[in-house]
Amino acid sequence: MLRLVEVIGKRLLLGFVTLFIVSLLIFSAISLLPGDFAQAVLGQSATEETLAAFRSGLGLDKPLFSRYFDWITGVMRGDFGSSFSGRNSSGFDLSRPVLEIMAPKLRNTVFLALVTAAVAVPLALVLGLLTALFRNSIFDRGANGLTLTTISAPEFFLAYILIIAFGGFLPTIANVKPDMGVLERLRLISLPTITLTLVIVAHMMRMTRAAIINLLASPYIEMARLSGASQTEIIFRHALPNAWAPIATVIAFNLAYLVVGVVVVEVVFTYEGIGKLMVDSVGSRDIPVVQACALIFAATYILLNLLADLVGILTNPRLLHPR
Amino acid sequence: MSEAPNQSSLLLDMKNISIEGFSDERWHPIINNVDLTLHRGEVLGLIGESGAGKSTLGKAAMGYTQPGCRFTGGDVLFDGLELSRMNVRDLRSIWGTRISYVAQSAAASFNPAHRLLDQTIRASKRLGERSEQVLKNDAIDLFRRLNLPEPETIGNRYPHQVSGGQLQRVMTAMAMSPRPDLIIFDEPTTALDVTTQVEVLSSIRDLVAQFNTAAIYITHDLAVVAQMADRIKVLRFGEEVEQAETRTMLSAPEEDYTKSLWSVRSLEKPEQAGDDVLLSIANIDAAYGSSKVLHDVSINLPRGRTVAVVGESGSGKSTTARVITGLLPQLSGSVTFEGEQLPPKLRDRSKDQLRRIQMIYQMADTAMNPRQTVGDIIGRPLEFYLGLRGRDQERRVIELLEMIELDASFYDRLPDELSGGQKQRICIARALAAKPDIIICDEVTSALDQIVQEGILNLLQRLQDEFGIAYLFITHDIATVRAISDEIVVMWQGKVVEQGMKNEILSPPHPDYSELLLSSVPEMDPDWLDTLLAQRAAEGSKTIKAQD
Repeated sequence: MLRLVEVIGKRLLLGFVTLFIVSLLIFSAISLLPGDFAQAVLGQSATEETLAAFRSGLGLDKPLFSRYFDWITGVMRGDFGSSFSGRNSSGFDLSRPVLEIMAPKLRNTVFLALVTAAVAVPLALVLGLLTALFRNSIFDRGANGLTLTTISAPEFFLAYILIIAFGGFLPTIANVKPDMGVLERLRLISLPTITLTLVIVAHMMRMTRAAIINLLASPYIEMARLSGASQTEIIFRHALPNAWAPIATVIAFNLAYLVVGVVVVEVVFTYEGIGKLMVDSVGSRDIPVVQACALIFAATYILLNLLADLVGILTNPRLLHPR
Repeated sequence: MSEAPNQSSLLLDMKNISIEGFSDERWHPIINNVDLTLHRGEVLGLIGESGAGKSTLGKAAMGYTQPGCRFTGGDVLFDGLELSRMNVRDLRSIWGTRISYVAQSAAASFNPAHRLLDQTIRASKRLGERSEQVLKNDAIDLFRRLNLPEPETIGNRYPHQVSGGQLQRVMTAMAMSPRPDLIIFDEPTTALDVTTQVEVLSSIRDLVAQFNTAAIYITHDLAVVAQMADRIKVLRFGEEVEQAETRTMLSAPEEDYTKSLWSVRSLEKPEQAGDDVLLSIANIDAAYGSSKVLHDVSINLPRGRTVAVVGESGSGKSTTARVITGLLPQLSGSVTFEGEQLPPKLRDRSKDQLRRIQMIYQMADTAMNPRQTVGDIIGRPLEFYLGLRGRDQERRVIELLEMIELDASFYDRLPDELSGGQKQRICIARALAAKPDIIICDEVTSALDQIVQEGILNLLQRLQDEFGIAYLFITHDIATVRAISDEIVVMWQGKVVEQGMKNEILSPPHPDYSELLLSSVPEMDPDWLDTLLAQRAAEGSKTIKAQD
């Protein structure tokens, strides 16, 4: 048990180190973006003095290193700075803290991701197990063909097909409002959920199937069969417990995608998520928001991979019960 | 071991069994019209080389064929039930409860995710006759009868937490738990060291006798089957060669094929001393990471002679080879070749130093690139060490092929198209191509059938006589040692226990460990195991300590 805590602690620490390196990358990549924010906000007619004053107000005139230092120490205190937008040449500062802008969008994204995961992960597991159980049957071929088709089609294409097919009775615009109830929200995001489910199910299902089928060739499965185990018992009791590690990795990968990669779907359904926020902020050169989004994406990846590793450790008796 | 069987106790009656397997887009016969009968409480030994169909026939006794195989004829009558045409649902009520199976590799045949005790009683639990607690207590009792350490708690461990020999015994307990009428033992001790094998063999034999269980004991090791079986059936190419009571079979085999199987074990060569030391390693210490595996190892290899290094797995034999070849630089000590000290690291050695020490491995399969033809495989060292190209290279490859008793027609073949023995011959030719002074042979015959082994050993001996190559011959098989070596080094736990001329080492008195190792090597005498166990019991527990 103590070993387990040690392993988790080590992984967490490594996760933080990775996150730190990623923050460096994000910051330097963004500072390389072409264009000048002051110019973009104030327009071509702004004088040199107003531009300079504007820059110094935002700290943009400080050297790169000290800007990074200010930013990262802020982040560690939970302060992602304030958005650039809302400032103007008139001197009124209407800008809002990044967190305040991001929070509702992040909540939306996480909500959509959780709902999709709740549908897609069990569906993929069940389909994967069934296709492994009835390998090479018509059902197996059908399920594989169908999921491969949906993963091969571009997301926006799937989304529009769904809109055409179900637009009559399901909402095609997911314009959720903060004061809406959960049921109303669920109704609004039904089409985005279906779209995303279609996109991610194939990957997880095929990995589940492959992992199980791979194990079915092992001697201990033949042994189980020769001691009279039924096919269901073989899959659920003998193969599945040994297949979690690869399955968990793929699930983690797809969950991460649900948080960081759904911008196209958000745009099609005009859903106010964090992907859309990030793209908009890049357009308006709202650097603090872009950086915060990127950092959250990185943290999502790292955390989910950490969880997948943990599942791998917890389901591997060799690691859990050393000699 | 059991009283003479009579007709009324007939348990298994297999008639005209034929089985086919599907490969290369067509069905091939695996078993051809084989009959097999077994009485209650009787042990039948099934022997033959790999590919003879022993395992397939053994599983067929359960009405089971592996995926890709099918029954094409015959009946399997088990206690009045016809199994070969029974549907799987009904078979499941027999498998694991009335007929159980013990697989070759226990390490691979236990589910890594479940505790041993749960796996031991799983099939019996399905029967539903006894409560879980009763079954667990019974399993613990079986563990005790099988001489497993800590029988009360060993069942709570996971498969990776116990040794191979212990796992094999747990698997026997698992097979015995539902008190089946019949157990199929499929090479249960093949993967074990000889010292461990003795324990497992005697445990299995006692248990089978105690419960009057019938058994089919599959093995390629004649000496083992001699200890275990009442009756022996010899298979070859899926057909029965002959069958007889064990003692009759051992003393008077009828068929030539059986006689040839018997004769391999008697291969022996006179030892020759060598005074011209070619390679000498002195006081070698070596480690993998922080775990030290060699302690103060010193071995001399004379020119043109064979030194056999024997010991069980984990004794440091292969590590010694890795140090000599430079694959694992030693921590301390020296490797001297023709009076010149070799650099510890591979990349510090000159091409000529590399050329003169070659290696042959146990698994010829994995030691060759499956995408290269025989010509490429043997041609590579010719080009690398000797600079031979084009026509010259081709001519030399064909010469080498002839030296290893193959011919030019092999030049364009791929490893996949060769038999196990042919593959090993190609590996020998590859080593030979470099014109080495020393070839290190790491268990080169262990994966081969006995008759093929004989061919390889004779070939190696002939090459030594012709070219004066010295061999460092790593093996755990004492019969092989007799056949090839001049000198013997016995290793145990990373140390050299004993070193000397073959006859001196093989004849008593021995140090404790050599004694244990040598006495554990099964002999063809059917009374060998009884005699040995009686001897060890008389001597007390002193030698038993070194097991597990």
